[in-house]
Amino acid sequence: MTTAIRIEQVYKRFGSVHALNGVDLAIQPGEFFGLLGPNGAGKTTLISALAGLSRPDSGRLMIMGFDVEVDYREARRQLGVVPQELVFDPFFSVRETLEIQAGYYGIDPSRQRRAWIDEILENLDLTSKADANMRTLSGGMKRRVLVAQALVHRPPVIVLDEPTAGVDVELRQTLWQFVRRLNEDGHTIVLTTHYLEEAESLCGRIAMLKAGQVVALDTTRNLLSRFSSHTLRLRTASDKPAQLGMTQERITQENATQECTSGWWTCAFAHFDEIEPMLARIRNAGCMIDELEIGKPDLEDVFVRVMQEQSHEQVRAA
Amino acid sequence: MNSLSIKPSRGFITLFYKEVLRFWKVAAQTVAAPVLTALLYLLIFSHVLASHVEVHGVPYTSFLVPGLVMMSVLQNAFANTSSSLIQSKVTGNLVFVLLPPISHSEFFSAYVLASVARGLLVGAGVLVVTTWFGGLSYAAPLWILVFAMMGGAVMGTLGLIAGIWAEKYDQLAAFQNFLILPLTFLSGVFYSIASLPPFWQHVSRWNPVFYMIDGFRYGFFGVSDISPWMSFLVGLGCLLILSSITLSALKRGYKLRA
Repeated sequence: MTTAIRIEQVYKRFGSVHALNGVDLAIQPGEFFGLLGPNGAGKTTLISALAGLSRPDSGRLMIMGFDVEVDYREARRQLGVVPQELVFDPFFSVRETLEIQAGYYGIDPSRQRRAWIDEILENLDLTSKADANMRTLSGGMKRRVLVAQALVHRPPVIVLDEPTAGVDVELRQTLWQFVRRLNEDGHTIVLTTHYLEEAESLCGRIAMLKAGQVVALDTTRNLLSRFSSHTLRLRTASDKPAQLGMTQERITQENATQECTSGWWTCAFAHFDEIEPMLARIRNAGCMIDELEIGKPDLEDVFVRVMQEQSHEQVRAA
Repeated sequence: MNSLSIKPSRGFITLFYKEVLRFWKVAAQTVAAPVLTALLYLLIFSHVLASHVEVHGVPYTSFLVPGLVMMSVLQNAFANTSSSLIQSKVTGNLVFVLLPPISHSEFFSAYVLASVARGLLVGAGVLVVTTWFGGLSYAAPLWILVFAMMGGAVMGTLGLIAGIWAEKYDQLAAFQNFLILPLTFLSGVFYSIASLPPFWQHVSRWNPVFYMIDGFRYGFFGVSDISPWMSFLVGLGCLLILSSITLSALKRGYKLRA
């Protein structure tokens, strides 16, 4: 099967800044792929290179088997991009915008084209705004039109560059429902976002970029289990230091990652059958438990850990 | 889902259509206003000079009309490409043209043809509103059409270069004020270069816009300062040079694709 996106040893420099520093990635058809990283990590530069908006200094990028430089026409037909900035052409209505965009991709005016545009408008709750000028739309509506523009030529690969930045909760929900459905229909989705909970719930696989390099690449599940774990959080009734010290001592022996913050104790555990012995030790130490909660692994923890590890490695290398 | 029929040439046609639609939607500003400006020039100059001046045996008002028509064609062709491109760059919506599978030559042709369309429309408008001043003949209509289209294409291409190069509106304004305006005003729109001192006649011959206006005027009166064939060759040469520069810039993605 043809790889949806293949990126091989891509380098891009802006002056002395290495925006992309040897990026290698392969994304399979039908994947919901997350591209995460702090600001300036190279996410947008990578997307721009993929979309032909910027030219890498070296390396190769392919979309559905088409080289973005050599077979740029075919490569671009395979790709729909929702840009990060809220851009629009103020001269046209929503429908005109979509018809023009479809035309750019070579799609002839036809009943099918009109029906497809109607379908997109309906799915994105834009039907009532079809004849409204782009200038008159709210930010959220303009964002929906950007998504519609990316879909108008039915691309098999869709890249969403921070599509929910500054978007209200309702639109975010509508958008994710729609994007999920596109993914279920077989579209490959690449998402960049700073909302890590979104990436965690949507993406099957995630790449983390830092300083133009891929510093982590795995399935979301593996990343969570590799870098993060479940946590048992509890607050004890007792505030006697000796008693807390004893409990702390006993927990520390078996759980190296525990920490204590203002009466709350946090213990990491890998398997649920570790909870009962842990609670028994606390009970035997004479501590009454006031509150207790179990925390799930969190992509934010993973992200912070990965970025910190990379920083430490860079310091060591220096 | 029914499949959508794809035609590669549709991208070029759509971009051309969009560029025409863009200026047509604000026709009061892009078509009517320049027609009115040309009419005001004609009213003022003809009122002041009509009874005193005759050029190539033609009354001054009649002599002036083709010059104003061509000046309108040239200025509006330049304005169309340059303003469209700089607006798209500044607002960021150029991305919608850069993402699709449109080649650099299609991009070039669509923008330049749309600028020619606007130039011709404004030129036709000026011609229509100035007909009642009378005195126009149509000695060689084909030359009229050739020079109008070629002049529009040259200035449309120059507008594209300006739009690609400029990053801010004031850079574009500088291009327009310090290059385009002097070139058009010092090109014989309002006078024949035969009336200039020898030095300025010589300088005028280095101005390519002079050849386009002179050739265009030949189409009306059958007389000109320079042979229309010579003017045609100079215009064509300019068009080829400017087109090569623009196509090369577009192919490299100069200032458009980082």
